[in-house]
Amino acid sequence: MSPTAQRTSQRADERLDVRKTYKLYIGGKFPRSESGRSYEVTDSRGKFLANAAQGSRKDARDAVVAARGAFAGWAGATAYNRGQVLYRIAEVMEGRRAQFVAEVRASEGVTERRAEALVSAAIDRWVWYAGWSDKIAQVLGGLNPVAGPYFDISAPEPTGVVGILAPQRSSLLGLVSVIAPAIVSGNTTVVLTSELRPLPAITFSEALATSDVPGGVVNLITGRTAEVAPWIASHRDVNAIDLAGAAEAEGVVWGDLELAAADNLKRVVRPAGVGADAVEPDWTADPDLSRIQAFLETKTVWHPKGR
Amino acid sequence: MAKFEYAPAPESRAVVDLKPSYGLFINGEFTDSEGGSAFKSISPATEEVLAEVTEASPADVDRAVAAARRAFNGPWGRMSGADRGKYLFRIARILQERAREFAVLESLDNGKPIRESRDVDVPLAAAHFFYHAGWADKLEYAGLGAGARPHGVVGQVIPWNFPLLMLAWKIAPALATGNTVVIKPAETTPLSALLFAEVLQQADLPPGVVNIVTGAGTTGQAIVDHPDIDKLAFTGSTGVGKMIARSIAGTRKKATLELGGKAANIIFDDAPIDQAVEGIVNGIFFNQGHVCCAGSRLLVQESIADEVEKRLKRRLATLRVGDPLDKNTDVGAINSKAQLSRITELTDAGEAEGAERWDNGCPLPDKGFWFRPTVFTGVSQTHRIAQEEIFGPVLSVLTFRTPHEAVAKANNTPYGLSAGIWTEKGSRILWMADQLRAGVVWANTFNKFDPTSPFGGYKESGYGREGGKHGLAAYVTTGDTK
Repeated sequence: MSPTAQRTSQRADERLDVRKTYKLYIGGKFPRSESGRSYEVTDSRGKFLANAAQGSRKDARDAVVAARGAFAGWAGATAYNRGQVLYRIAEVMEGRRAQFVAEVRASEGVTERRAEALVSAAIDRWVWYAGWSDKIAQVLGGLNPVAGPYFDISAPEPTGVVGILAPQRSSLLGLVSVIAPAIVSGNTTVVLTSELRPLPAITFSEALATSDVPGGVVNLITGRTAEVAPWIASHRDVNAIDLAGAAEAEGVVWGDLELAAADNLKRVVRPAGVGADAVEPDWTADPDLSRIQAFLETKTVWHPKGR
Repeated sequence: MAKFEYAPAPESRAVVDLKPSYGLFINGEFTDSEGGSAFKSISPATEEVLAEVTEASPADVDRAVAAARRAFNGPWGRMSGADRGKYLFRIARILQERAREFAVLESLDNGKPIRESRDVDVPLAAAHFFYHAGWADKLEYAGLGAGARPHGVVGQVIPWNFPLLMLAWKIAPALATGNTVVIKPAETTPLSALLFAEVLQQADLPPGVVNIVTGAGTTGQAIVDHPDIDKLAFTGSTGVGKMIARSIAGTRKKATLELGGKAANIIFDDAPIDQAVEGIVNGIFFNQGHVCCAGSRLLVQESIADEVEKRLKRRLATLRVGDPLDKNTDVGAINSKAQLSRITELTDAGEAEGAERWDNGCPLPDKGFWFRPTVFTGVSQTHRIAQEEIFGPVLSVLTFRTPHEAVAKANNTPYGLSAGIWTEKGSRILWMADQLRAGVVWANTFNKFDPTSPFGGYKESGYGREGGKHGLAAYVTTGDTK
């Protein structure tokens, strides 16, 4: 028997798998990077996992256009509708939890049990934020008893397009923990995924695409954070930026990004940490309202009263 | 041009699978009564018997309360808010999935048009569970005060006009805040509550968290009087509400009461008349007028009274009364023979007291309980039809000249549940809303409901609110003692 024939017979009972092409997620579609570039993604031990698209400045700009285009529809949807869509994300993730567990395990090098817990927390986070959609205005808004014959009410509104640097370490729980609070109130987002652990984010985008989330509400770009982040931070059609993922991102100084963001007075969520340092927080901790509030405007309306 | 007739467009009954008889849903399963009797639930549109249901005895109520107490002291009381929320989300989703089944059953048992059960009752019931599911793990944000906690076992008695929706209004906030429930649906409309028990089973809700006991007044009284019930929630007549308030006087039981109404729907001369006419029709003929917040008193500014009356009657002539399961039906059957008698008595009194009666003259089916959409003009404030809740498709028209007069007439009732204002002038809407002694004020719309929006009355329309943050407050206590 020749060596070739032997190899063939060994594989006869072991099916060769079909591997996924990991692409970007922009405007509800899955394009490759316009730059034609990709970069190698490995697991925590350095073993090859996949080639991810290496997003570019132009990809980021396309994503901002998609996010801006989706804003009116998403912000204009009823809170009840947005809540149901967010809950649907949890339902769809639950159905793919085995895949998420495997990818989180490979990306983060955690045990099976830890990966299970992280995926459960990521799913439950959507349930938590889904419930907020129609309660934000009730908790943060209200009637103002002005001294005069006026009806005067303040209510929150989404700020617009939010740029997000997703956490570098927590590839799924951290990712959903920064996306959910931005979109629950009606913002749309351009997200730079974890640079070294981008694969769970791309699988997550497949969950989004099948969860009734309108295209453009969440746009995901894989690639080099230091290369793309400055273009989002300085983009004039981005209203806010979450710098969570500046922690441990190679070549990223978050203060520089905040400086660029000041050009159009973006609302900035600074990374956790002290002074110039940036650290990644523990995403398993219970969230509060702060990330929702960071991307809200308050609108006050006056109206006279009289016969 | 020839007039085209409507072809019948009946919704299929096949989706509903009724059992010949039903027991009581206690501790997560259907059980037989201990010493209770049975009664029949009929379709008010055909008088056909739909199913036999159990009239729960005081011993049955006692078992239900004990099951609720065990669940409260056990799994439900220990459960995290997040997990309680997950159960409520499941219930919301199952209601959405089985929406058509619930809509058809509701129209069969209640007599309301399928268009309303399909587009209003069932979707709103699901929405109510969805909204409250989200609160279960966020109660600390609801402004309920430090140390807010559930009452314990809640007794709930609900009416026949929106059987499933009222069940949702009661159960969703009670469970979101961590209480357990013993609920009694109305004796003429118990079937959607019994189908809801199946939803709870599909959702794997722990046994005893929700117990459903069918029956009439005696069963309700047994719930009200039960010593191990911590809080009562009732929707129904002001008469029964007062009885409940008396029953719990001197005890530590809490109560919320959502009672009758005699709402004024106020039309100013600058209102868009065609829209206002639609609002008047929706206000009083929605759900056959079996609505506690129905706009049963039309207050129209004198200068446009004739025009409004003319357009209103023209519109009413197009209303289709008949088969609740026909998708073209606007007005369905009166829910019961007893209610039909009550409507007949009050409308007879209206005529006898000198008001002018008009109805749309539409044909009515031979069997079942029916009442034509009816309008009384020349009504004065002392007439019974201007003072008493008719709870049927009957509108009393009064007139006014100034905003002050409109306010005085609108508030001239022991009730205070709702009111409507129709005018193009925003400042007047807000001024009027301030003057009206009513718990819900609709401006240039009517009969709008949403789980986020608190609902409930002033004065003898009851106390407490359902929906929104305010509705949660009714299901928690911050006191030192139970």
